[in-house]
Amino acid sequence: MHWSMVSSLFRREFNSYFATPLALIFIVIFLMLSGAFTFYLGHFYERGQADLEPFFAFHPWLYLILVPAISMRLWAEERNSGSIELLMTLPVRNGEAVLAKFLAAWCFTGIALLLTFPMWVSVNYLGDPDNGVILAGYIGSWLLAGSYLAVGGCISACTKSQVIAFIIAVVVCLLFILSGFPMVLDLFSGWAPQFALDSVASLSFWTHFEAIKKGVVDMRDLFFFVGFIAAWLIATATVIEIKKAD
Amino acid sequence: MIEIEHLSKYFGDFRAVNNLSFQVKTGEVLGFLGPNGAGKSTTMKMITGFLSPSDGVIRVCGLDMQESPRLAKQQIGYLPEGAPAYADMTPWQFLHFVAEIRGFSGKEQRERVLHVIDQLQLNEVAHKPIETLSKGFKRRVGLAQAIIHDPKVLILDEPTDGLDPNQKHQVRELIRSMSKDKIVIVSTHILEEVTAVCSRAMIISRGEMLFDGTPEELQQRSKYHQAITLRFTNSPDPQTIVNAIAGVESFEVSSDGRDITLFAKSDVSYQQVREEAEKHQWNIKGVFLEQGRMDDVFRSITEEAA
Repeated sequence: MHWSMVSSLFRREFNSYFATPLALIFIVIFLMLSGAFTFYLGHFYERGQADLEPFFAFHPWLYLILVPAISMRLWAEERNSGSIELLMTLPVRNGEAVLAKFLAAWCFTGIALLLTFPMWVSVNYLGDPDNGVILAGYIGSWLLAGSYLAVGGCISACTKSQVIAFIIAVVVCLLFILSGFPMVLDLFSGWAPQFALDSVASLSFWTHFEAIKKGVVDMRDLFFFVGFIAAWLIATATVIEIKKAD
Repeated sequence: MIEIEHLSKYFGDFRAVNNLSFQVKTGEVLGFLGPNGAGKSTTMKMITGFLSPSDGVIRVCGLDMQESPRLAKQQIGYLPEGAPAYADMTPWQFLHFVAEIRGFSGKEQRERVLHVIDQLQLNEVAHKPIETLSKGFKRRVGLAQAIIHDPKVLILDEPTDGLDPNQKHQVRELIRSMSKDKIVIVSTHILEEVTAVCSRAMIISRGEMLFDGTPEELQQRSKYHQAITLRFTNSPDPQTIVNAIAGVESFEVSSDGRDITLFAKSDVSYQQVREEAEKHQWNIKGVFLEQGRMDDVFRSITEEAA
């Protein structure tokens, strides 16, 4: 792994978000929706509590639509335009390209997330929240976004079509949310052994994010997200190696 | 030096490249010829390290592409078919990016970029997004990124495809000017290009090598090689013309009847034909000694194999 390569590729990728209106549109929609969800659906004022719980509670759903819109282009666009051939004949390793693209997308969603700071300002203005819990919420939310991106990036590497990459990524991410919900677990209970049931449930974004956003920063939850992202990035590099020329 | 040994590539059951072995030395300009789908691009993609071969070894300047891909790729400049680039970048940004990946920084990076922009006359479009450029400019941007690090090996997949005649001429001049201390491999289906720039021609069809030699040797394979064509101002009866010249074995008449091409044993000379023409006072515009027609050789070689 040559970090200078990763850094060059990262900067190209990151700047490419701002070369088109994509960045602006994404950030504006993200801020509008996260605000609307928090205030209307989350009853931010009516709850009378000085915390950002209703704000973070909608992130798994918000990301479900918005993050695949970022991840769909990561590789599908390279394949479709043929620039993948250029990229892969430069003295760059697969792993470096995969990591750089992921980090650029992740930092981009990080910026969108940071721009929600007025929410934090207002809750501090209105009351006296536990800022440690809020920080944990932000970290958890960013890790969640990274997990969606890692899944979406891998799916994008499988296809030339950004639309297909988007739809499949939404479905797969949905499964990873729902795997902690009874409606999915009920499919397994009754016939599958308990450890299988537990492992399905433990793969859910929902359960891990739920804990972090309440301010309970358990290392196991952090490891889950970091490990999850790493596993999908390795899978992406493998897919690229096998399918790059198709 | 590029060394290719027993190179094969399968896509499922389809054999795209079959047991190719050859070497290319510094200073050579090798032209890959072949019908569409012959395996030219697949071979180039393997030499540049984009595709892994199913079988065989590729060494670029002594470096094994499978074992040390990063070092091997550093020796190569590659223009993929269709000259793909990052469409939302400008040539200025794109060339800086490639120069950076190629390991140049600071002042040297800027100088490299300015040099190739100048060399390929990209000044007027340097700050326009690549997606808005014409095909000719896109191709030149692709060439610029391929030569920015002054590579020892230059691999160009259809470098002049879609260019106008002036641009084609420029690209060929560029290839010629750079070929002295490099290995250049170009693929093309424009046969004139082979005689114009290549020192060596290779015909590939269905993944197999059918010909490997100089462009002159290729021309000599043509039945038109050393044939004599008479161009008339009228359309005379070919048989009387042919009967007047001794030693003609067969002949061909062009569709307008004004050109008669004579195929003969070696003892019919250009001089002899000229003399006969003057003696009989034929209405002649010119007499040509044919060098051989590339398209005819190309067809016969590739169709024979089919």
